[in-house]
Amino acid sequence: MSSARSGGPVQEQAEIFAVAKAGDYFQFTVIAPQIAAGFKPGHFVAVAVGGPNTSMLLRRSFALLGATPTDDFAGTVQFVVAAHGPGTQWLVQRKPGDVLDIVGPLGTPFPLPNAPVPAVLVGGGYGTAPLIPLAQQLIARGSDVEFVLGAASAGRLYGELVAKRTAGKVSVTTDDGSAGTKGRVTDVLDEAITRVKAEVVYACGPMGMLKAVGETARRHAIPAQVAVEESMACGIGVCMTCVLPVRGDDGKSRLVRSCVEGPIFLADRVRWDDIGRLPADIVGADAMIGH
Amino acid sequence: MADMTTRLRGVSFPNPVFTASGCAAAGRELGQFFDVAELGAVVTKSIMLRPRSGRPTPRMAETPSGMVNSIGLQGPGIDAFIANDLQWLSDNGARAVVSIAGGTSDEFVELTRRLSGQPAVAMIEVNISCPNVENRGQVFACDASASSRVISAVRRAADPRTPIFAKLSPDVTDITLIARACADAGADGLSLINTLLGMVIDTDTLAPVLGGVTGGLSGPAIRPVAVRCVWQVHKVVPHLPILGIGGIRTGLDALEFILAGASAVSVGTAVFGDPNAPMRVLAELEQALDERGFDSVADAVGYAHLSKEQRVARVSDADRFAAASQSAIGTD
Repeated sequence: MSSARSGGPVQEQAEIFAVAKAGDYFQFTVIAPQIAAGFKPGHFVAVAVGGPNTSMLLRRSFALLGATPTDDFAGTVQFVVAAHGPGTQWLVQRKPGDVLDIVGPLGTPFPLPNAPVPAVLVGGGYGTAPLIPLAQQLIARGSDVEFVLGAASAGRLYGELVAKRTAGKVSVTTDDGSAGTKGRVTDVLDEAITRVKAEVVYACGPMGMLKAVGETARRHAIPAQVAVEESMACGIGVCMTCVLPVRGDDGKSRLVRSCVEGPIFLADRVRWDDIGRLPADIVGADAMIGH
Repeated sequence: MADMTTRLRGVSFPNPVFTASGCAAAGRELGQFFDVAELGAVVTKSIMLRPRSGRPTPRMAETPSGMVNSIGLQGPGIDAFIANDLQWLSDNGARAVVSIAGGTSDEFVELTRRLSGQPAVAMIEVNISCPNVENRGQVFACDASASSRVISAVRRAADPRTPIFAKLSPDVTDITLIARACADAGADGLSLINTLLGMVIDTDTLAPVLGGVTGGLSGPAIRPVAVRCVWQVHKVVPHLPILGIGGIRTGLDALEFILAGASAVSVGTAVFGDPNAPMRVLAELEQALDERGFDSVADAVGYAHLSKEQRVARVSDADRFAAASQSAIGTD
């Protein structure tokens, strides 16, 4: 449909190659060679839902689970969908051979250390998806990697098997104890950090979990790179919907777009308690008064 | 091929398809998908004097064929806008329609002065109708005399060669009264329409969804309202060019606005779902004009206002055109 300008995102009409059920989730593999070519762990795609005459105008965003660049076959990308509402319910009913309108790769990928660095990767629910290709890259660079996966219940866990195959070491927690240790990821994160002598934590999942992971990492005096989930309208940086308060290098806090500046942020730069609020010290908050 | 050029008060644009304020930032992101110089113009997100944080989240709720937003005019302020965004548009050969917003007439005037002499500025759109202000009483476009005050002050302050368009709200009893007031105050044209004030309540949390409680409704859901406004305003001030905005998703949607009296159109919310929408709408509009036998965009402006007899004359032309293409296919 369009050609990439300056290596940025593209819009592709992507045929579904496979849809596989994984617990409560659906794992899509779609043929999108241009998106696959630009993929880095942490990138996401924005998928149109509902068909051409739909009343649902906005795309749904999904972190990429992986990409296979064009080789003997056209390149594919993979992502994981949870059927939450009408848009994602439409999506999970699509079949191989159907075509999806996809924009990607979007966002700023996970920063990777230059040298081998032991890391713990924390996935909440299907937030594990972008951590799988990240683990592969970290391991390829010689890093020790251990996973901590958590969810409300066993069905909401994602990627335990592939995480085990990728990294070997996986700890699992569920809120209801239906799989692994009963409790939260942070209940086992301390041990995992100590065990691998982690120098960095990566995480993707619900905001509450990301905040808690950030606090644990700070206690160990190591950084946490977290991929946030904010509601988005466009995914490409034009609508200003998906902002959250983040402290910049200059110490000043701004409302920044999680689709472009993110979705990955250093956890201790995000002002978690101020999400959904407008503290007076946010740049430009003073201009809101009286207008 | 129809001549796609459109003129808005002395300024010529290569085609009538623009972006919409607030739906394309300042063009840079869409520039990843297509060449922004191929648009009629980039209408930039309303800029204010000072950097502005915008509202707390959540800022958006999807609604049937639309969305409600309460962004709250987040932006870098006019100085950073000129240095970065306007410069980028200029470097990339885009025509910029700069949307300005202020809390007082003086703020609008100051913004206009700062833009004066900037070669990339093809036109100024005066956003007197943003619903995302603290006090609904401050929506200038809900009051004829307030609208008139702002527009005449901006017109006096602006470079005489730069057209000034007033962007109006549909949330008024009679939009033609506001339109006339703006025309009398020296507006060179009107941008119709801004979002409608809307609201969504979450039935699980039992509370309003948006951080700003109310927000602006946009998307195809508002298109008939927008077409009606363009129609009514074109009827009372037919000499005044109109930039038609509201739920345009296809070339036929754009044509509808042109037939109602718009000389150009803005593609807004559709961009959120389809970043290539403006270029697709342009191609579809060109084809739609050709299929209907229009030689130019200008010929189609306000066409639906013609009497039945005047239209029949044109339709028979188009029929002859259709018959000719039919026979061409038949003999092939």
